[in-house]
Amino acid sequence: MAEEKDKTKTESPFIEPGHTYGSITDKISSMILTRKTPLGWFIGFGIAFSLMMVLLFSITYLFMKGTGIWGLNIPVGWGFAIINFVWWIGIGHAGTLISAILLLFRQEWRTSINRFAEAMTLFAVAAAGIFPLIHMGRPWLFYWLMPYPNTMNLWPQFRSPLVWDVFAVSTYALVSLLFWYTGLVPDFGSLRDRAKNKFAQKAYGILSMGWRGSAIHWHRYETAYLLLAGLATPLVISVHTIVSFDFAMAIIPGWHATIFPPYFVAGAVYAGFAMVLTLIIPLRKVYGLQDFITIRHLRNMAKVMLATGLIVAYGYMMEAFTAWYSGSEYEQFMILNRMRGPYAPVFWALIICNVVVPQFLWFERFQSKVGALFAIAIVVNIGMWLERFIIVVTSLHRDFLPSSWGMYAGTFWDWSIYFGSIGLFFTLMFIFLRIMPAISIFEMRTLVKGSKKKIEN
Amino acid sequence: MAEKEKNIYGIMAEFDSADELVAASHSTFAEGYRKMDAYSPYPVHGLAEAIGFKKSKLPMLVLIGAIVGGVLGFSMQYYASVESYPLNIGGRPLNSWPSFLPITFELTILVAAFSAVLGMFALNGLPMPYHPVFNVPRFALASRDQFFLCIESKDPKFDRKETKKFLESLKARTVVKVDP
Repeated sequence: MAEEKDKTKTESPFIEPGHTYGSITDKISSMILTRKTPLGWFIGFGIAFSLMMVLLFSITYLFMKGTGIWGLNIPVGWGFAIINFVWWIGIGHAGTLISAILLLFRQEWRTSINRFAEAMTLFAVAAAGIFPLIHMGRPWLFYWLMPYPNTMNLWPQFRSPLVWDVFAVSTYALVSLLFWYTGLVPDFGSLRDRAKNKFAQKAYGILSMGWRGSAIHWHRYETAYLLLAGLATPLVISVHTIVSFDFAMAIIPGWHATIFPPYFVAGAVYAGFAMVLTLIIPLRKVYGLQDFITIRHLRNMAKVMLATGLIVAYGYMMEAFTAWYSGSEYEQFMILNRMRGPYAPVFWALIICNVVVPQFLWFERFQSKVGALFAIAIVVNIGMWLERFIIVVTSLHRDFLPSSWGMYAGTFWDWSIYFGSIGLFFTLMFIFLRIMPAISIFEMRTLVKGSKKKIEN
Repeated sequence: MAEKEKNIYGIMAEFDSADELVAASHSTFAEGYRKMDAYSPYPVHGLAEAIGFKKSKLPMLVLIGAIVGGVLGFSMQYYASVESYPLNIGGRPLNSWPSFLPITFELTILVAAFSAVLGMFALNGLPMPYHPVFNVPRFALASRDQFFLCIESKDPKFDRKETKKFLESLKARTVVKVDP
């Protein structure tokens, strides 16, 4: 529209001054509808898509040959598949934390990053979901995990953490999808009304379900959104708790620990925030979103990363302490083997990545320097992958009987599937950026002055 | 009492700010109109109440969903482990309820979340691809930065001329009729 009314000057520090309802709407919808797709998008999408092809190729070969092409063997029967699964699920958790928990705490700064983080959750869960499926010897029988009336008269073992995992992760995927879609509906309405070509109008029209912004609809909508946030909050904690049960319920030294659930949840949030930063720093640059995703956002995320990183560091300490305090020979051996055994370099690399490097975040200098933050976030991403490697592999490769000790390393196919899953994640992310509003338009409008206060007549 | 209008959905007024819309909604309600709806680009607190919306049934629906999910989740596991396929493992209890809790919890959340979202859409009558208000060309701005109030012709007090005059008296930016 030509007339730009200056009725609404912003006051929130989480959005640069000068924005109005109209300018917010136009800027975010122009990313999809009118602006030329930036060159960076094509380059990124090209790389991600190629990696995804590597994934498809590797999985095809895996299905032809079986899991023997991986480095798995006894005693290490859980390798890259479970490491990657836990890594990806963990990354997803930051999205739910940002969209649900910060909503309940009324943290307004979540507004400009929540949509994006929710999409990240969804795609991370999609990438995670691949691994348990392809880890099955016969992936085409995956539906045996679900309880359904069958001719074998059998049920899944409901007392097994692995079955809990099936329920937890599929619930998490579905609820994340609902949360994300519900948030998108009013924005699809905005896009429908802005779109110029017939196809886009139809597509967004269908996706928006005919949203028209009625006051009564908004009322129910906000109720539903708040309730979903309230449901997603315990859900996200339960999901990584149950993932940690996959380990903690076993009697393997180093796994059988009560600290695992909180330690896993903190690790998940830690890894997730690192991934949000990894994604959002290039995004705001390429799309010029510095006025919506300000330095304050980045600093807040850095602080959350620092806090969860410290919880994780405490977890490492307590693992060592409990091993010593337990008096159990096997536990003590496990922790010493971790620090001094054949995987010691990996362990110390993990300590440097997850405990030492993030200490820079105490300083404002590093919190507000975009390049430094990006580098730290990448280091934490790597560190969290190494952490899962250490947890899975060091406990299994030398457990009770020295006669059954062994070594483990990923093969070419382990790595190609891992990098391929990163390709899948980024491919989905790039498609999302191209066709959906990466920042919640209607929630950004509420950041504009005067929209929040309750008006009585 | 004006006669019912058939060939028109209602009359719509456009406002520049949320404050004006809420004030107008209060006046319209006070004037005795009941069949109306207000449209805004973001949730405006107090607006639904201003046009006479009382209380949402949604929280109750979600609670029912949660209870149904939890009960179904637990009874499925109980039935499988105690009735359908009891396995005696070292004399351990068949109804080992603590290990049934994770799945019970997950299904509670799952069914509650679905009731929240599907319930919200159902109560809102969505999806509804066609709605008369979309016939107003400027209504496209309701999803950008403008605020609208529409008095519907099924309101007993509705009268094409009177209602239009009344809405104009509210200092609306534009007042137009809405084709059905």
